[in-house]
Amino acid sequence: MLSYLAAEPHAVTAAADGVVHSTAWLMIAYPLAGAAVLLLGGRRTNAWGHWLAVAMSLAAFVWAALSLVQLLGLDPAERSRSVHVYEWLTAGSLTIDINLLIDPLSITFALLITGVGSLIHIYSVGYMAEDPGRRRFFGYLNLFVAAMLVLVLADNFVLLFLGWEGVGLASYLLIGFWQHKPSAAVAAKKAFLINRVGDMGLLIAIMLMFGTFGTLAYAPVFASADAAGSAVTTVIGLLLLLGACGKSAQLPLQAWLLDAMEGPTPVSALIHAATMVTAGVYLIVRSGPIFEAAPTAQLVVTIVGAATLLAGAVIGCAKDDIKKALAGSTMSQIGYMTLAAGLGPIGYAAAIAHLVTHGFFKAGLFLGAGSVMHGMNDEVDMRRYGGLRTAMPVTFATFGIGYLAIIGFPFLSGWWTKEGIIEAAFASGGVTGQVLGWAALLGAGLTAFYMSRVMFMTFFGERRWAADAHPHESPRSMTLPMVVLAVGSVALGAVLVYGYRFALFLEPAVGAAEHHEFSLATLLTSWTSLTALAFMVAGVAFAWVRYARAPVPRTAPRGSFVTVAARNELYGNTLNEELFMRPGQALTAAAVSFDEKVVDGVVDGVARGVRDSSEGLRRMQTGFARSYALSMLFGAAVVVALLGVNLV
Amino acid sequence: MNPLPHTALAAPVITTQPPQIDYALLAPLLVVFAAGVIGVLVEAFVPRPRRRAVQFTLAALALVAAFVLTVVRVALLPAGGAGLTVASASIAVDRPTLFFQGTILVMAIASLLLIAEHRHGESAFAAQAATVPGSEEERAHVLAGSQHTEVYPLVLFAVLGMLMFPASNDFLTMFIALEVMSLPLYLLCGLARRRRLFSQEAAVKYFLLGAFSSAFFLFGIAMVYGYAGSVNFAVIHDTVAAGGAGALPGGGPLLLLGIALVGVGLLFKVGAVPFHSWKPDVYQGAPTPITALMASGTLVAAFGALLRVFYVAFGGSVAEWRPMMWVVAVLTMVLAAVVAVTQRDIKRLLAYSSVVHAGFVLTAVVAASAEGLAGAMFYLAAYGFTTVGAFAVVTLVRVHEGGAESGDIASWAGLGRTSPVLAGSLALFLLAFAGIPLTSGFIGKFAVFEAAVSAGATPLVVVGVLSSAVTAFFYVRIIVLMFFAEPAEARPRVLRPGRLTGAVIGVGVVATLVLGVFPGPVLDRLSPAPGAGTAEAQSVPGGFATTADLFANR
Repeated sequence: MLSYLAAEPHAVTAAADGVVHSTAWLMIAYPLAGAAVLLLGGRRTNAWGHWLAVAMSLAAFVWAALSLVQLLGLDPAERSRSVHVYEWLTAGSLTIDINLLIDPLSITFALLITGVGSLIHIYSVGYMAEDPGRRRFFGYLNLFVAAMLVLVLADNFVLLFLGWEGVGLASYLLIGFWQHKPSAAVAAKKAFLINRVGDMGLLIAIMLMFGTFGTLAYAPVFASADAAGSAVTTVIGLLLLLGACGKSAQLPLQAWLLDAMEGPTPVSALIHAATMVTAGVYLIVRSGPIFEAAPTAQLVVTIVGAATLLAGAVIGCAKDDIKKALAGSTMSQIGYMTLAAGLGPIGYAAAIAHLVTHGFFKAGLFLGAGSVMHGMNDEVDMRRYGGLRTAMPVTFATFGIGYLAIIGFPFLSGWWTKEGIIEAAFASGGVTGQVLGWAALLGAGLTAFYMSRVMFMTFFGERRWAADAHPHESPRSMTLPMVVLAVGSVALGAVLVYGYRFALFLEPAVGAAEHHEFSLATLLTSWTSLTALAFMVAGVAFAWVRYARAPVPRTAPRGSFVTVAARNELYGNTLNEELFMRPGQALTAAAVSFDEKVVDGVVDGVARGVRDSSEGLRRMQTGFARSYALSMLFGAAVVVALLGVNLV
Repeated sequence: MNPLPHTALAAPVITTQPPQIDYALLAPLLVVFAAGVIGVLVEAFVPRPRRRAVQFTLAALALVAAFVLTVVRVALLPAGGAGLTVASASIAVDRPTLFFQGTILVMAIASLLLIAEHRHGESAFAAQAATVPGSEEERAHVLAGSQHTEVYPLVLFAVLGMLMFPASNDFLTMFIALEVMSLPLYLLCGLARRRRLFSQEAAVKYFLLGAFSSAFFLFGIAMVYGYAGSVNFAVIHDTVAAGGAGALPGGGPLLLLGIALVGVGLLFKVGAVPFHSWKPDVYQGAPTPITALMASGTLVAAFGALLRVFYVAFGGSVAEWRPMMWVVAVLTMVLAAVVAVTQRDIKRLLAYSSVVHAGFVLTAVVAASAEGLAGAMFYLAAYGFTTVGAFAVVTLVRVHEGGAESGDIASWAGLGRTSPVLAGSLALFLLAFAGIPLTSGFIGKFAVFEAAVSAGATPLVVVGVLSSAVTAFFYVRIIVLMFFAEPAEARPRVLRPGRLTGAVIGVGVVATLVLGVFPGPVLDRLSPAPGAGTAEAQSVPGGFATTADLFANR
């Protein structure tokens, strides 16, 4: 029996799966059921729908946590388990199984998605309290959680693609959630279109893998990646990277992420900061064996990562819209992860660790921004903020902790994980390693600058509020998730990195890398760590001079050409328009005319042919029993003749 | 002058010993039969006002009991997939029999719910069929609220015939089953409450053409008997497998003629082109609940019989009949799909759609393999649920409250806005007909096409896929009309589904989805152990027994 999607049978051992793993599909089923009830249930569910969504998300989190507990109870060598859910289709020699993969990597993601996801669900209860479309919003959120879990728990590329498209759909629906605003509708469309480019890359990669390996299950594909030859793996790797660039807003497919901030802020926090945009990094790390067999593709991955981390940081320095500044920062931080993921096994653990801590502090920062907007009549321009620390103390504290974490303040989460990436970049050796390492260090300085800029413009300095603004602290349901995320932003880095705990945990999924003896002293006194610290201090100091000591004008000054370029997102949109949109429009016009004249001609011709023959044949259905009998007799003669042929 | 050289013809027809009959194996048939007879007595003895309730309860209990007994009989089968024969080997009880009978009973129960549906004291049937349409007597009966409760025993007898048809293990039993099934259906077709002349015309046509096809069938039986000296499928199979040894010398042409004529009779019942012309007229004219019964139960029964005849009795002549089946399958898939494009009445459209689907199932018959049998069985069950649901929807869309059904497709425009749930259900059924993934229709098509491909009938599958594309056009056109067109001026009135109709539609939706998303359990049970009855096995000389072994009737 050919089995295109099933993993090797050795991995499928239902008896030994245990209760939680054998019912891992429940993790997906809970939010999916929630989405179904909310979206199909109609107005009846208005009153309690959002609490159902929260409960479903929490249930998925509990299941993910139990899965982790069960996984930790296993021998490390056995921690990669393919769990059979059901057989979708058996027809002759073709079997299509639906299997889930439970391993340290997928469970890490599942916990991040459901954990941060649940917090953001709770936050949204307060944030969306007044919105007439609240039920629909929570339905989409649950749908997103389910699709994202499909993406990370898939044990083959087809199921992964299903989840990949599912999160794309949820993202589209949520960016355009306030579709009455033209800018939101356009942003949703833009995100969708640019993601299509990436999806196409992923799809072609999947087809190529099927053609090369004859299967799409992870285990057999990765097992034979080496044998496929570097030419094939390079092409597959680059196409996978294209997919990852689309989803994770990496150069050159970065342009949609800033516009995506049109969506409600909880969406920006969950989808466009903590989880979905990191799917590209997941894809690269998951497909590690393919990239390891294709050094060229790996090099391109690191270059894309380094370029994006700098570009995102530069954009973040110039934006006055608080969410767009944070979005630039997201691009930049994912650039770090992509860079690390391109370094191979030494970078995987660093990439995923940074991804997890980033999920916490960036979600916290976005929720903080949402809280500020909530208190400021949905104002997003930081030039209209200022001095908010007294008006919104909890928001200030949690946002401040997130801020310290992201700039790499020693001993907070970001410091531990960013340090890992910088170290891995230099450790990769050669000129490339030096270039990548310095890019990462420079990025750290820029991060400190633009985040301090956000911090000072929002919470310090004089009050530049609009006349009708009455800032107030947000309700408990919003501040509570912010506090939890802040705790994670403080402690998670140490928990993960200290003693290479997380790297060792991930080993069964991503392969082993060399670790020298862990020592906090070395970490503190290494030159990379000290240089990063120096860059950070310089960035903060520069921002302090510009935005805390000097007054912030209420309208943006003209600025140098660098500022203008950064404000215009480094002309990424102009480039897209000139390179793709206008030729694309011309091509579309040509295709339309070709379609109308040639294709439609053929199609209409065929349709007309079918219709005409249909009319002709219809006339044979006269309604007279005698003519029916005659046609039967004729048919019988044909049948007899056809069997009579055997006598000849 | 020479005595016939073989002994089969001389086998005694009448024995002194009465045959041993294992009644347990026949229990479902007996229950349905007994209920039908009691139903006739009910007509005679139960007072008029209470008849409907009594008849409905009786029929429903009988069908449910028969279904339970059918399921229970699975345990009576010997292990290893073998089957049993009962009553002097005239009825075969094996896995396909049980599957077909179970499916027929489920379809019959669903159709019975539609038949029993009443609104304001009106059913789908004429108040008094004997009155002249449009006459004063008719009006008097309508006003008096008369109703034909004879419908219920008639349906039970038809179902009895359907249960026997795919289980028959010799040609005479099969012929009797055919007539037991058909005669009540001829009557039922003429009993529509509205457009009665139309309905009566349909019944007469059905009867005339049915009698015509029965004649072919019977004549074919005579030919086969002349060849093999027996009407028993196993004996015919063995005779064919032995290359005609022991048969009449020079009997080859007799066998071929027999296959052809028996084939005509069976292909008429499944409605394959060019023996399909009754279907649109009859489906349109018959009361819709009866159409639902014919489109599901009768089709399943007819294909069950066709598969048994061609796989068991003629299983040794696959090479001879395969080209004929090819041609019929191609004609059926292409012509019916093309004609369906210009249909304007929903019931006629569904009738042509049923013809196209028969063509798809024929591709599985052509495969002559275990996969083919499994694919056909799955397809028929999946299609049965969907089509009963679709006809149930048709019963709800009326010209006006208390009026006739609004069959004109154009008048269904905008139905999606006024009745989203109903239109959504119908859209799902239509997507299943078109074979869209995640519906049962996709899995069914996949199963039969896969079987045909592995039996080397790839060109047939190409034709099938092209035909599906044509059919998708008119299914999707209805969906577009319902959801994206402005409502028609003469908007039909959509009745609130009663409990019975609602249940049928609900079951149809659930079955269509479940069989599309979780087909595994059903497909697995239908597929025999790998290796049995594959195309390779047939290419071995003398290996033809495999298709017959699928039925395990000996």
